[in-house]
Amino acid sequence: MRFSFTEEQRQMRDALRSSLTESCPSGRVRAAWKTPDAALRTELAEQGILAINLPEDAGGLGLGAQDWVLLAEELGLVAAPVNLIETLATNPTLAAIGALDLASQVGTGAEYVALEEPGGYALDADKAAGILAVRDGRVGWLRDATLVAQTSVDGTRRPFKVDGRFEAVDADATELLDRAALAAAAELVGLSRRMLDLAVEYSKSRRQFGKPIGSFQAVQHHLVDALQRIAFAAPAVYRAAWSVDTNHPNRSVHVSMAKVYASEAALFTGRKALQVHGAIGYTFEYDLHMWMKRAWTLSSAWGDVRHHTDRVGQFVMSGGQDA
Amino acid sequence: MDLEFSDSEKRFRDDARAWLEANVPRTPLKSGDSREGFAEHVVWEKKLHAARWSVVSWPAKYGGRDASLVEWLIFEEEYYRSGAPIRVTQNGIFLLAPTIFEFGTEEQKERILPAMSSAERLWAQAWSEPEAGSDLASVRSHAERVEGGWKVYGQKTWTTRGAFCDGIYGLFRTDPNSERHKGLTYLLVDLNQPGVTVRPVERIDGDESFAEVFLDGAFVPDANVLGGVNQGWKVAMSTTSSERGLSLRSPGRFMKAADRLVDLYQRRPDPGLRDRVTRAWMDAQLYRLYTFQTVTRMIEGGEIGADSSLNKIFWSEMDIRLTETALELLGPDAELLGGSPHAVDDGDWMLDFEFALAGPIYAGTNEVQRNIVAGRVLDLPR
Repeated sequence: MRFSFTEEQRQMRDALRSSLTESCPSGRVRAAWKTPDAALRTELAEQGILAINLPEDAGGLGLGAQDWVLLAEELGLVAAPVNLIETLATNPTLAAIGALDLASQVGTGAEYVALEEPGGYALDADKAAGILAVRDGRVGWLRDATLVAQTSVDGTRRPFKVDGRFEAVDADATELLDRAALAAAAELVGLSRRMLDLAVEYSKSRRQFGKPIGSFQAVQHHLVDALQRIAFAAPAVYRAAWSVDTNHPNRSVHVSMAKVYASEAALFTGRKALQVHGAIGYTFEYDLHMWMKRAWTLSSAWGDVRHHTDRVGQFVMSGGQDA
Repeated sequence: MDLEFSDSEKRFRDDARAWLEANVPRTPLKSGDSREGFAEHVVWEKKLHAARWSVVSWPAKYGGRDASLVEWLIFEEEYYRSGAPIRVTQNGIFLLAPTIFEFGTEEQKERILPAMSSAERLWAQAWSEPEAGSDLASVRSHAERVEGGWKVYGQKTWTTRGAFCDGIYGLFRTDPNSERHKGLTYLLVDLNQPGVTVRPVERIDGDESFAEVFLDGAFVPDANVLGGVNQGWKVAMSTTSSERGLSLRSPGRFMKAADRLVDLYQRRPDPGLRDRVTRAWMDAQLYRLYTFQTVTRMIEGGEIGADSSLNKIFWSEMDIRLTETALELLGPDAELLGGSPHAVDDGDWMLDFEFALAGPIYAGTNEVQRNIVAGRVLDLPR
């Protein structure tokens, strides 16, 4: 029993953190609301991140979810305007169906494979070399797809309603969607951490009644409650990464728990952060809303709290045992 | 990351499981918080000790098995899973003992620990006073220097099982000119002596397990000063940190409660409550994960620190959600106490709920825990 990341995994996290701190300040996120940020995918590709979970014969690093989960969290921390969830989810699927050429192109950032969120939308489908989807429990390509552009509350997201001829492939749909939900959960933890940081910093500098508002217990307890949800969501996410890598018999239950707790932590932290900021947090000019809106979208995407609670419920009520 | 138990951890689990299955009393004992039930529980504790299962994580020379932290968690899971009696020794073995291991002299360890692990002497904690609850530094009990030790005066209250135990541990002001956190000393006080009056106080569940302890010149030898005169605050904080952080409420307790709740749901299904039952099960699992993460950090050289406060908030609030859900499932049967012809699970859920309600109060109220986290983790201003 050892529930911690390796030194290498932490170093990869730290390296990405310092590069994103430099390259992806909030102004860049804001700019992506107007013009999609194509360069960011290339920058991530140069750091090997888009190929992290591709096999070596597709130019990848051959690593697993325990290696990328902290990286996805870092992208959430800066609200990076990039669809890493789709890539992390679909990479092993591309490898499994032998689409190694396409996979290696995704790894270099030259191509992008979209993934339709079940019952929902596919991001940047207009720029995709292919659109993967899950229909009736099977994975397949959507060929000759028609795309209907939508507008998301998060201006960095470009969702499309997609439909087309479904061409099934031989890949595991649950594994694919579990990876997507896990990656989303990890980003949500990162988003939460930054929203809490923003609120904590603001509460130390903003003064009312002659004191920093962070000295008032009512404000402190909002922030502590958010911290607690984040602190407990993180191990659920990290455990699910291990379960994905080891193909644990209860992998899907673990992923669902990760997504439930991470979604709730992000929604809760967003609300508390907004409350602590007061009216300034409600403005478009202040950064908080960009993190909050990403949290709204990711908490409902890839299975919301109800969906994943129900999936755990089916397991528990049918006598399933864990641990 | 490796979230499987190792082969030796699995062997340890199998050994514990086998012994518990063979030895846990078939019929539940009377409440360990009643006088009669307490005596039954002490008999059980001696049986545990005889088989060296009473304090698995302690060194063998004090009655333990030198078990690792992970093995200790495994034992706790197996213990609750087996439905074994509550540990009436817990305020000694889980709360006082870690402090003795950290601050005690060799003589104190040799004298106190074996008698604790064998349930020869049982300990109660005496933190609260009428004027000192969450604000522990405002204790008024004091000790006066005499030949060979101290005479203690004052009143302690809400002393769990104080009416049945042999000794208490708590803080006493030893420097009359001191204020607040300074000038306090951590003393171990024998209850079986002149100058001690113990008065049981009934709790809301009807058990007389609370006690008020009146001290009027009771003697504490120098050998029962733990961690040095006027060093009491530092010593006490180590106890409260282990209480909140790890040892007081191990995950096994809540995993068992969640399994019982799922079982209750299956007997009395109510689709409107299904998600809440599921969530209770998830919360117990989550608490287990969080604890394994903490234990890994400790094994790798880290400390619990103020994280223990987050932990305490989580389990205490989880316990209330869980037992409230059970009462809702029971509906009109929720109010029926044990012995009622129609009581479900012998009325245990109401008792569990009543006990859970105390969680956000004892071991430092959850408000105080939130203040601690605000100051020490988030670094918010005072």
